[in-house]
Amino acid sequence: MSKSLFEKIWDTHVVKQIEDGPAVLYIDKHFIHEVTSPQAFRGLENRGMKVFRPEKIVATADHNVPTMNQHLPIKEELSRLQVEALIKNCAQQGIELYGLGHQYQGIVHVIGPELGFTQPGMTIVCGDSHTSTHGAFGSIAFGIGTSEVEMVMATQCLMQSKPKLMRINIEGELNRGVVSKDIILYIIARISASGATGYAVEYAGSAIRALSMEARMTICNMSIEMGARCGMIAPDETTFNYMKGRVYAPKDEAWERSLAYWKTLFSDEDAVFDKEINIQAADIEPMITYGTNPGMGVGVNGTLPAENELEEKEKPSYLKSLSYMGLQPGAKIKGQKVDYVFIGSCTNSRIEDLRMVASFVNGKQKADDVEVWIVPGSRQVEKQAREEGIDKIFEAAGFILRQPGCSACLGMNEDKIPAGKYCISTSNRNFEGRQGPNARTFLASPLTAALAAITGEVGDIREHLS
Amino acid sequence: MSKAINIINSTTVPLDRENVDTDQIIPARFLKATSRDGFGKNLFRDWRYHDDDESQPKEDFVLNDKRYSGKILVAAKNFGCGSSREHAAWAIKDYGFDVVVSSFFADIFKNNALNNFLLPVVVTEPFLEKIFQAVKKDPQTVLEVNLEKQQIMIRETGEAEGFEINHYKKTCLLNGYDDIDYLISMKDEIEKFESTHI
Repeated sequence: MSKSLFEKIWDTHVVKQIEDGPAVLYIDKHFIHEVTSPQAFRGLENRGMKVFRPEKIVATADHNVPTMNQHLPIKEELSRLQVEALIKNCAQQGIELYGLGHQYQGIVHVIGPELGFTQPGMTIVCGDSHTSTHGAFGSIAFGIGTSEVEMVMATQCLMQSKPKLMRINIEGELNRGVVSKDIILYIIARISASGATGYAVEYAGSAIRALSMEARMTICNMSIEMGARCGMIAPDETTFNYMKGRVYAPKDEAWERSLAYWKTLFSDEDAVFDKEINIQAADIEPMITYGTNPGMGVGVNGTLPAENELEEKEKPSYLKSLSYMGLQPGAKIKGQKVDYVFIGSCTNSRIEDLRMVASFVNGKQKADDVEVWIVPGSRQVEKQAREEGIDKIFEAAGFILRQPGCSACLGMNEDKIPAGKYCISTSNRNFEGRQGPNARTFLASPLTAALAAITGEVGDIREHLS
Repeated sequence: MSKAINIINSTTVPLDRENVDTDQIIPARFLKATSRDGFGKNLFRDWRYHDDDESQPKEDFVLNDKRYSGKILVAAKNFGCGSSREHAAWAIKDYGFDVVVSSFFADIFKNNALNNFLLPVVVTEPFLEKIFQAVKKDPQTVLEVNLEKQQIMIRETGEAEGFEINHYKKTCLLNGYDDIDYLISMKDEIEKFESTHI
């Protein structure tokens, strides 16, 4: 029987299918961090239980950590307590922790792939919705709540209902200046912030095949922003080349065995999808969001919807959103002033993202009244950026390369955008208050963000590429 | 105290806004606790107060509107989108809600709600509109949510609609069973599975 990529992996992980209920699904890899794990550890402790398979858990501290002076104690007390709780819990339960100060510390969805923990064919979970990132390797990867974190700690299993299947095919070549972030922002703008709820989404087509692993991760990362249970891309030579030699990737004979299995992971030609969407890569422009959910996006030369373009029912939510953003219906987004530029987050903080920004800003100066924060996704990314001299290019432009963490993506540490200020951000969410109370977020690609850092406003990167 | 839920009769709090994300339900800066308790006071924090100041409630926000109260939160479509933080479900439950009604829930939120005995009830758009209209007309409107019968009814008019929930999860909610107890009871089967799983 022909199967989709999703079904091939799902079917080999079902321990038991409950009649008229969910499946008991076996989990291969569990990532944890300091914010959504403490209550799970406590729950386990209350039951008098130990973690069932500590060797299948990978821990890091990322959400709360400062991005300057990481060698000093964390100033904010509650953040410090959470990070300390993680250290204590991991030590007690025998879980490997890549915490502050560790050479591999970083954002959980950056270090997993970077270290070779993330592998094709796996089921992967984490108490974080952007776990969908790992699907770029052809795995089923999704975010879970803390009760579920506890379940996986206790039994290495979860109760999950099988989602419907969607395939999004993107064919052809991308326009110059258009990168993978624009692809995913375009898709979400087209199908809405809830357009994939209830679906596992496979991204396919020649435009996807042509992308690097890091670019693919950016796309899968934001699957959750259209409600998808997970996003995935079939592994191919690009995947295998990326993985070979990673610290925790299989070696020697184990590599050959794994490779043989990974090569079977693709959707069969006549696999059935509940929904299929076809997109021409050439139709995609550099994108930017203007509202307070990631579905509210347009091409940088576009205009915000006018009131009369909306259905009556949609108007109140739309107007509230624009009022929060301080924008007018029907306005152009190009030329909009920005105060802050944030380049970072599990969406766009990898070495290719930093290289992309560096190649554009090299020899240029940041706009006077703009503050630019560049936060690498991991210690390894930071190290590599320094080795390549990218930090010097940033310094010359007036930027600072900070230390790794989630940072201003969600403002849990001190990296918050002040009230009323506009931030162009390479992160994944433009929700009200996401980057700080009353902060205003424009989501965009690293290139579009880099341009705004230099000009101080939203512009079309295509007009500035030589 | 049993966590089980079945029939809930209550007035409602109507939140007629689409795409309510979990960052609104509980902003990230309140996720720093290491216990599950006390999140209710920060529910919809930034919609509730000016400048994070409890002495300055935002009068136009529905939680501050004295006409509305009860155990049922009614929200427009795509409720609970965004982050997987279970703190969102904890905050809603801790505030005193047992049911959230919407035409559409985000997946992770729905699971989190069910794991906390907070019942997500999915209704059709027209029925959701009927509820909003009825509550707007009379804030004392009572809804009856009957899990056993899988039915939600506007008591005053008798208008009702069925809702879906899988049999397994329904049994858990009616009896106060947790998924984790079920999984722990399967340990032998899980170990057997592991011995053959690559």
